[in-house]
Amino acid sequence: MAETTAQTSAGHGTGPDADSDPNRRDFFLIATGAMGAVGAAAVAWPMIDQMNPDASALALASVEIDVSSMEPGQSIKVSWRGKPVFIRYRTEKEVAAARAVPLDELKDSDARNANLSGAEATDENRGVVGREEWIIMVGVCTHFGCIPLGEQGDFGGWFCPCHGSHYDTAGRIRKGPAPENLAVPVYEFVDDTTIRIG
Amino acid sequence: MSADGHSSYNPSTGIERWVDRRLPLPRLLYDSFVAYPVPRNLNYWYTFGGILTVMLVSQILTGIVLAMHYTAHADMAFDSVEHIMRDVNFGWLLRYMHAVGASMFFVAVYVHIFRGLYYGSYKEPRELLWILGVIIYLLMMATGFMGYVLPWGQMSFWGATVITNLFSAIPLIGESVVTWLWGGFSVDNPTLNRFYSLHYLLSFMIFGVVILHVWALHMTGQSNPTGVEVKNKRETVPFTPHATAKDSFALVCFLLLFAYFVFYQPNFLGHPDNYKQADPLVTPSHIVPEWYYLPFYAILRAIPSKLGGVIAMFGSIGVLFIVPWLDTSKVRSAVYRPLYKQFFWILVAVCILLGWLGAKPAEGGYVIAARICTFWYFFHFLILLPILGLYETPKPRPASIADAVLGGADGEDGGAAAKPAGATAAPQTRG
Repeated sequence: MAETTAQTSAGHGTGPDADSDPNRRDFFLIATGAMGAVGAAAVAWPMIDQMNPDASALALASVEIDVSSMEPGQSIKVSWRGKPVFIRYRTEKEVAAARAVPLDELKDSDARNANLSGAEATDENRGVVGREEWIIMVGVCTHFGCIPLGEQGDFGGWFCPCHGSHYDTAGRIRKGPAPENLAVPVYEFVDDTTIRIG
Repeated sequence: MSADGHSSYNPSTGIERWVDRRLPLPRLLYDSFVAYPVPRNLNYWYTFGGILTVMLVSQILTGIVLAMHYTAHADMAFDSVEHIMRDVNFGWLLRYMHAVGASMFFVAVYVHIFRGLYYGSYKEPRELLWILGVIIYLLMMATGFMGYVLPWGQMSFWGATVITNLFSAIPLIGESVVTWLWGGFSVDNPTLNRFYSLHYLLSFMIFGVVILHVWALHMTGQSNPTGVEVKNKRETVPFTPHATAKDSFALVCFLLLFAYFVFYQPNFLGHPDNYKQADPLVTPSHIVPEWYYLPFYAILRAIPSKLGGVIAMFGSIGVLFIVPWLDTSKVRSAVYRPLYKQFFWILVAVCILLGWLGAKPAEGGYVIAARICTFWYFFHFLILLPILGLYETPKPRPASIADAVLGGADGEDGGAAAKPAGATAAPQTRG
């Protein structure tokens, strides 16, 4: 090694090829270092990835809910993937209030509906066609994850007590620190009275 | 580890000499904790380093024994803590010592940090010492947070939810990071397990950084209330018995306070909601973190944007890292800085006020007050500190510690000490 260094500094001090004259030893050094880095990354990844959701967590994919006994104005809260999901059978007044909101008054213009990508946050896009009175959302505040309280707040929708976010009757963020509308999960009406979430 | 590298250890027995030639650990300890010279004018504010060391050891010891009885599982954690309280011999004592001890640890560290700010302990050449201290503080916050999750009460669960969700504010990858931290789609058993593992690990990481902190301290030597560096040996006393005795007396007083809370008010600093088992479907009406995070929580909530709030909160700790370079004044101690001294106390008041606001609901006048205090916090560090150093006229400093504390009463160089202190002091303003 000392020999190489001496040679490089003494013999190749000038010219553009002073540094572009790799010999066998330099090559081995760089190749070994590179393989070492690849090996370190290969060992590190399992250590990092083990923290991601495991197979048992991923297996809790979907739930079916019977909503036959619900009347307008009633809400239920079900658990899906360890999170609460709000199912609300809205009154006509609530639907009308949500529809009367001009889109430019919304803080978040995306519908955040997993069933419709990139749609505007109209009341229609927050639900399913033909079942506009139902609103189904993950009941987790988009600010820091608390569970908002129903039929509260300045807009008669949901209110998060933790940091004061107000959602309207379509679960759209209207006031407070939360950045996004409440997320609508993937779901479908299996029949008139059964909802499958996930 | 003495500042000048000179060792006064003198092994007197054959065994000591035998060990000293092979592994000079007794020499290291002797030089660090017996012969180590400390300025003779250290006051009681300087005893909190020793108090903190004892608190760390107390937390590690009680933590290790609690771990023998605790079960880190979402279905069993809450009950296992009650099992510790009711069934385990002295379990109530050990758990209260650990829980109250965490609070006491933070009481001591806040005194320690503000002492550093008051006496300018972070200034050249003690920048790394200060930065290591800020790292310890960050590790303490992480450890305390994870420890609070372990009893798996309502505040544990929702505190963990809110704090881990801070990372969801990161653009693009935020959600994936949070899922990775949780090991699921919400705070759940995998989260509890990893927090338990990391809580145990972090206490020993704190211990490691404390060793570096003490090493850095012993390289530069202690700062002192005058801010004037030690000039000769006469201005110092050996660590043992002088500092050891003073630290021990302060420690006993501090332990009285600790014992008062452990035996008479063990739940005063906690939250009653944490005696309800975690329920993922019900958020408590009012989530508050442990008291020692409240000022930062107030800053988080003061900013009306998610990402902005998170940046401000981490920034409020981050700014401490660069304090040695923000403060442009050559004068260390606030004793000789009339303006800085006033702003220091305003900062203390603002931090306490922020703590109070952090426990209040995020609405109306509380939010406005929190915004004003948040502004002042950053204004103090980012604007005031640099400007004060340039425009403040400091009071004359003593030429030496001997001048300040001995008043020239002993010592043949009393000539200098007899003069008005200002006469021998170099001009203090920056040119």
